[in-house]
Amino acid sequence: MKRVHRFGERPAVFLAPALAVLALVTLFPILYVLWLSLQRYSLIGGAPEYAALDNYIRLLGDARFWNALGTTLYFTAVSVALEVALGLGIALLLAQAFAGRGAMRAIVLLPWAIPTVVAARMWEWMYNGDFGVINYLLGTEINWLGNPYWAIHAAIAMDVWKATPFAALLLLAGRLSISQDLYQAARLDGAGPWRLFRHITWPLLRPLLFIVLIFRTIDAFRVFDAIYVLTGGGPANTTETLSIYAYKVLFQALEFGYGSALAIVVFVCIAAVTAVYVRLLQRTLS
Amino acid sequence: MATIAFENVSKRYGEVTVLDGLDLEIAEGEFFTFVGPSGCGKSTVLALIAGLERPSGGTIRFDGQRVNELAPRERDVAMVFQSYALYPHMSVAENIGFPLKLRGMSARDTARAVAEVAARLGIDALLERRPRELSGGQRQRVALGRALVRRPRVFLLDEPLSNLDARLRLEMRAELRRLHAEYRITTVYVTHDQEEAMALSDRVAVLQAGRIEQCGEPLELYREPANLFVAGFVGSPPINVLEATLFPDLELPCGARAADVLVGLRPADVVVSRDPAPRALAGEVLLCEPTGEHLWVVGLARGQRVTGRAAFTEPLPPGTPVHFEYAPARLHFFERATGRRLR
Amino acid sequence: MRQLSRYVGVLLVALYCLAPLAWQLLTSLRPAGELTTLPPLLPTRFTLEHYASALTGHPFARMLLNSFIAAGAATAIALAFGSAAAFALTKMRARGVGLLLGIVLATSMFPPIATVSPLYLVINALGLRDSLAALILTYASFALPLAIWVLANFLRQLPDELYAAARVDGCTPLQAFWRVILPLALPGLTATGLLVFIVAWNEFLYALTFTATERARTVPVAIALFPGLHEIPWGEIAAASLVVTLPVLVLVLQFQRRIVAGLTAGAVKG
Repeated sequence: MKRVHRFGERPAVFLAPALAVLALVTLFPILYVLWLSLQRYSLIGGAPEYAALDNYIRLLGDARFWNALGTTLYFTAVSVALEVALGLGIALLLAQAFAGRGAMRAIVLLPWAIPTVVAARMWEWMYNGDFGVINYLLGTEINWLGNPYWAIHAAIAMDVWKATPFAALLLLAGRLSISQDLYQAARLDGAGPWRLFRHITWPLLRPLLFIVLIFRTIDAFRVFDAIYVLTGGGPANTTETLSIYAYKVLFQALEFGYGSALAIVVFVCIAAVTAVYVRLLQRTLS
Repeated sequence: MATIAFENVSKRYGEVTVLDGLDLEIAEGEFFTFVGPSGCGKSTVLALIAGLERPSGGTIRFDGQRVNELAPRERDVAMVFQSYALYPHMSVAENIGFPLKLRGMSARDTARAVAEVAARLGIDALLERRPRELSGGQRQRVALGRALVRRPRVFLLDEPLSNLDARLRLEMRAELRRLHAEYRITTVYVTHDQEEAMALSDRVAVLQAGRIEQCGEPLELYREPANLFVAGFVGSPPINVLEATLFPDLELPCGARAADVLVGLRPADVVVSRDPAPRALAGEVLLCEPTGEHLWVVGLARGQRVTGRAAFTEPLPPGTPVHFEYAPARLHFFERATGRRLR
Repeated sequence: MRQLSRYVGVLLVALYCLAPLAWQLLTSLRPAGELTTLPPLLPTRFTLEHYASALTGHPFARMLLNSFIAAGAATAIALAFGSAAAFALTKMRARGVGLLLGIVLATSMFPPIATVSPLYLVINALGLRDSLAALILTYASFALPLAIWVLANFLRQLPDELYAAARVDGCTPLQAFWRVILPLALPGLTATGLLVFIVAWNEFLYALTFTATERARTVPVAIALFPGLHEIPWGEIAAASLVVTLPVLVLVLQFQRRIVAGLTAGAVKG
């Protein structure tokens, strides 16, 4: 990269430390994992052996992989939709001026701030089939986390609870940055709340909404912590997402070749979804 | 104090050429101004002198020594920015003393120098304040103080007065003249306001699209503009540019045909009266602009706009027939095709 | 009328966010005998027995310390290297800056599950398994891009002329960075530091994989693996969870404004 030397500057000096660290802990592992995915390599079976695309071919025929992919897609789609919708609602609500917005911001931040595993254990206790408060409040006796149908939804509910704040706060900031003049002018023209939303808030918030969607989709697709604690992937693999499956292959079955291929597929999916979003975003902006 | 020389200096950003082959010399202690419309490259010239940018081609010399490769700190140049660029987290005293501190001057000497310059600029009462507590005029004085405190070789000012209100601007203009007379530092000034340039400078260079259209003393630019652009840029209200055919019995410079010539006539050289006169263009009033001292009349003479000074005292309604008197000696002739002045 | 529905809405939101935490708090104070009985919702008496057994039966101090060191060191690295990089990216005109920023962001899109396997092999090979050093380094992989992103957005809002003025006054780029840019970027640095610290504190996958004993084990791993033989000690878990979450809660409540500023920087201004 040729740099135009502006005035006796060496940007390289300032960039070098960060780039060096990133090269070491990000770039190098990425290259390494790509290489690993092309190997037949079990941690207990000796040295890695070149296997070309065998792992990927195996992946395509692996029913458990497709199950995991489906689970992940379902989890992501439902979670993100709920998070963004709820987040938007909360953002619009909090955008109205009122005393104690600072306190509300702090309260809304709390779910985001606590570790996911802590939240997961919290919800695990709430979901408890025998003594959980959710069953108590709903009057049901469902073993939420042990029920093949409900488990994934229980996980989604927890993720939504945890991640909505992020969406809400971002959208709130975006909503607050829309000049009040626009709303006042529109009100003078006789616009009611729905019109205000549809013609001012929505179009101006759309780009930010996309950004929130992108971030949340990437995060939801990678979900690991919550599922690990809540269900470990069960019951009967109904909550086994791609990350959980890859983790099991890597660290329980100790197959580093195949596990790496799975992990890379996770990345490819994320990249694909992001690309679609970015394309859509560009289309809305132009 | 240093002389500054530009030898065929050009500056490109990728495909765009901002400055194209500048050649000029600024004398020691001179107050030199670059003036021109937005985008003409004048701020880039300052950046090149300061060392904030490198020329794409050519050589810049201070006192004959090539400075292209020198960083700003090695050039001993001080600059006042359009936005003043005062450090918000430092007090006024710390702002002004900053360059001295960087050079390793002792705290005591720094304080003394700062106090001296602050007294000279009338801001010694503000030394402990922060920039955000100051008015625009005060901030500007602090910026001036920071620049002058180290007696630089070259003093650069980038449109320093454009953020001030009209009256403050005039006050600071006089102040700048006084400072220059006192400190006698080679000063390079940049503005888009031609009146400011004329009032302050020893010499002015008019820039357009990266090229010097004319360089000389202010009155020279006013009286003998080298081309249509300079003629139209310098002087307010702007010069009237008229077809040569408008004038009867015009004595054109050597060999030129009326169709190829444009005539420049300054509004100050035009007297608008209700009575006909020997050398006058007949026309009618479009509008009158009473500016207190003068009454400017903008009118039409055979379809061309002419502005002149009224001989009468009260504005006249549009459509009133008037006569635009001129003196042949005051006419400027320009070649239509190139805009160049014809002798 | 609209005011009333607004306040009700706000109350519901607050309830939504706080209810699970409140329940966990109640659980932690509920006597063991009453854990399995519902109703009543509220315990008949409050007890600290769970806190006592959680804190004494497990090396909590050690794990809190580990988390603190790992997150703290990662934050320090992210701030130091990240601010320098953000400075170069925003104030110095270098060709390919946009590209570099894009690459940095793209690499941060890599899911941790993808990088955990090669990192595991390298860490083992270097003999760094179960060490805080391993965590600190691997945390840098997400801490640095995050810091660079947020700081770049903050620095972009500082007028370029300030840097130019500093150079003309006689600063080298490093001096300008140290004396002018950094002091003015303090709000951004605080926001970034808080964000990075919280994210690092909460990190789970790397900590799970690279640590084995309480020598380097961090808080999230401890909570996730909280032992329970036949019956899960819910009261103790609740108590433990709240204890380890306390630092983060305090940070958030104290610095919510800065944290939000960091989260939204760039996303809103563009």
